[in-house]
Amino acid sequence: MGYKAKFKVYRGDGEKGDLKNYEVDVNEGEVVLDIIHRLQATQTPDLAVRWNCKAGKCGSCSAEINGKPRLMCMTRMSTFSADETITVTPMRAFPVIRDLVTDVSFNYKKAREIPAFSPPKDLKPGDYRMQQIDVERSQEFRKCIECFLCQDTCHVIRDHEENKEAFAGPRFFIRAAELDMHPLDDRDDRKSFAQEEQGIGMCNITKCCTDVCPEHIHITDNAIIPMKERVIDTKYDPLVFLGKTITRRPKETGKL
Amino acid sequence: MTQIERHSYDVVVMGAGGAGLRAAIEARLMGKRVAIITKSLLGKAHTVMAEGGAAAAMGNVNSKDNWQVHFRDTMRGGKFLNHYRMAELHAKEAPDRVWELESYGALFDRTPDGKISQRNFGGHEYPRLAHVGDRTGLELIRTLQQKIVSLQQDDEREFGDGEKFIKVFAECAVTEIFTQDGAITGCMGYWRETGEFIAFDTAAVVLATGGIGKAYRVTSNSWEYTGDGHALAMRAGGTLVNMEFLQFHPTGMVWPPSVKGILVTESVRGDGGVLRNSEGKRFMFEYVPDVFRKQYASTEAEGDRWYSDPENNLRPPELLPRDEVARAINTEVKAGRGTPHGGVYLDVSTRLSPEQITKRLPSMYHQFKELADVDITKEPMEVGPTCHYVMGGVEVEPDTCASPYVKGLFAAGEVGGGMHGSNRLGGNSLSDLLVFGRRAGLGAAEYVDSLGGKDVTIADADLELAVNDALAPLSRAGGENPYTIHSELQTVMGDLVGIIRKASEIEEALVTIDKLKQRAKNLTVEGDRVFNPGWHLALDLKNLLLISEAVARAALMREESRGGHTRDDFPGMDPEWRQVNLICRADGDHVEVRKQPLPTIPTELLSLFDIGELKKYMTEAELTALPEESN
Repeated sequence: MGYKAKFKVYRGDGEKGDLKNYEVDVNEGEVVLDIIHRLQATQTPDLAVRWNCKAGKCGSCSAEINGKPRLMCMTRMSTFSADETITVTPMRAFPVIRDLVTDVSFNYKKAREIPAFSPPKDLKPGDYRMQQIDVERSQEFRKCIECFLCQDTCHVIRDHEENKEAFAGPRFFIRAAELDMHPLDDRDDRKSFAQEEQGIGMCNITKCCTDVCPEHIHITDNAIIPMKERVIDTKYDPLVFLGKTITRRPKETGKL
Repeated sequence: MTQIERHSYDVVVMGAGGAGLRAAIEARLMGKRVAIITKSLLGKAHTVMAEGGAAAAMGNVNSKDNWQVHFRDTMRGGKFLNHYRMAELHAKEAPDRVWELESYGALFDRTPDGKISQRNFGGHEYPRLAHVGDRTGLELIRTLQQKIVSLQQDDEREFGDGEKFIKVFAECAVTEIFTQDGAITGCMGYWRETGEFIAFDTAAVVLATGGIGKAYRVTSNSWEYTGDGHALAMRAGGTLVNMEFLQFHPTGMVWPPSVKGILVTESVRGDGGVLRNSEGKRFMFEYVPDVFRKQYASTEAEGDRWYSDPENNLRPPELLPRDEVARAINTEVKAGRGTPHGGVYLDVSTRLSPEQITKRLPSMYHQFKELADVDITKEPMEVGPTCHYVMGGVEVEPDTCASPYVKGLFAAGEVGGGMHGSNRLGGNSLSDLLVFGRRAGLGAAEYVDSLGGKDVTIADADLELAVNDALAPLSRAGGENPYTIHSELQTVMGDLVGIIRKASEIEEALVTIDKLKQRAKNLTVEGDRVFNPGWHLALDLKNLLLISEAVARAALMREESRGGHTRDDFPGMDPEWRQVNLICRADGDHVEVRKQPLPTIPTELLSLFDIGELKKYMTEAELTALPEESN
């Protein structure tokens, strides 16, 4: 069932570049990343692409296929018809380094801004006790493979470079939620951090992130919405407001 | 010569998988300034592919488990060729290393009483693998990555500079390690993004570069696994041990062709998956070797009962160590009892409900559904052996992970040798990289202390030579294509130095490898230095060729079959050979192999085995030399 597929692939750097046309052999059972590798091996040895595991576990080969953010290793060629032209472009929300490789350092910077897990002071390693049902909520978010497709698709930053400073993005909202829901995390300011430092308020719940997540994490429903709700609970609860005003407790933020 | 980016660190860690990150954490905790260099982005290392779990005798599920039982299982799995001291340290320290991860934020699956849950795995007597579904490696790498971040946050708070003590150099590859008078002076590499060179003056290098799987076409390993640490260690004057032992994981995907070799976790069998041939027969019962006869069920009924009553039944032979299962599958397929795509059937749908499967094996469900259109809750998978792990690695002192030959060179994780003997048990690699990652970091820090603040600098001439070497393929016209040479190497290694070997074929392989080495001196790469995969492969090829030669030469010399080394012309295990380690050393760009006696196992460790079992592995002379009490 081999055939020649028509591909358009972005070639160039952040300043200039365009879509180049290729015709490449396709065999049964292949995925888009196989075709990109065949291009490298036969026609364009310097085509830049990131990849590692080829099994949807490392989140390296993120790109946009016909405009949709996807992992190239998990996009089967059989989902396209033989006469369709397949367009592969780099993730749009991040600066292009070359061809399909983008500068994703934004994400590593945001990761460094979230206060780390705070271990319970009264427990030694080995003495942690948690129930399965209590760890499962956080475990869902720890399935994240950091492909950054959710970051790429999120229109708060996709089309608004200027928002990047104030907005951490869905990947880091689930990190905040994960720590918030961790049964033994010692901090109680994860919610206020999400609002005051991560800009979770800018998210207007269009669920685009959930749609593109290759791990099928319910980013919006299970992380963002609960985090927003709880932020509102405590921030606008009149009793809490009164208590805070009367005792003049210093404002807690997640600042390091 | 051209100006190149230059840094100075106490310790340079090559590789950001589990071992590298754990080493960096330890060296930082010892007050050292550490550079972590990784070919990929942080968090993408091959550790994420580990699925089953980390073996540690915590005794959470079966309280009879302890370090002695784990030690015993590890030695059995390695067919007694393991360095006893490494197996001992590993078994003793693994529980602490796993518990420590919880204090870094890891969330393992739990037992009903809230402890870390542990699962069954091949070769482990009791449920022993701490796990998170079937994505344990991801949990490990993310936890260690987040611990690094947290240490950087501490430094940011205290010193106003998060990278004062730990800096990650991502997408940066090391091409050379430098020494002077037998001691490390630094290393050099290039930024993948720009192709610009970068050099590190350092007294201590921790190799944590993983394995060599990319010497084979059918492999579960990613592009990064080009034996960099193995080759660099040899070129720096270090030695490799056990290179003839490669683990072919019994269950890789066999279809579709593009994913051939991708891992199917052993947890499928640990959780009840059975292997059948095309005639529907559970063939593993035919393949229980004598040394394991007492530990495995002889009937399907008993094997089946073990899943619900492990106290009173023996485990099914699907859970034999990986080398046994891989050979059995290979034999079945060669005998014409394979599946349409050349594998055997692995079926978990008959024992577990769809809900249990999607809960316990979510990424396997996902992987087969998306990549092969197979619903594993309803139908069997097709699987076959895939090159997965190299037991061989840099010869090190067990306690410090230091090379005995190169001062300042350390190795941990898959690139280290000796721990697993001739065959690694599943689950022992995640614990290995935690235990020895920590020890390597500690060893490196102590070594740096012992130098008393003496400065080390790479010699200019060394650096210049290395730069010119690396640039050569870009300026040469009309030479060989690196992709072609790589592909030919993979063919040779797979066909002639694969799962079953014989002298004539290995000799043929060595001739071809030598020709490929000559051709590789004349590589040409198109394009420039900016993120150029063709150039990167050209630089990696030098390492792949050197370690392929090491594998082939050691495989030719060892005239017996043991663990991950099966010789068609020497099918038996030979007690004389159990006393021998094969040591590879580079002589120029050639590999030399010599025999070296295995360290003697102390009596108190030998006494953990009954004499009947030792008889299967040891020579008459060794047995008569044993003291009375262990007889």
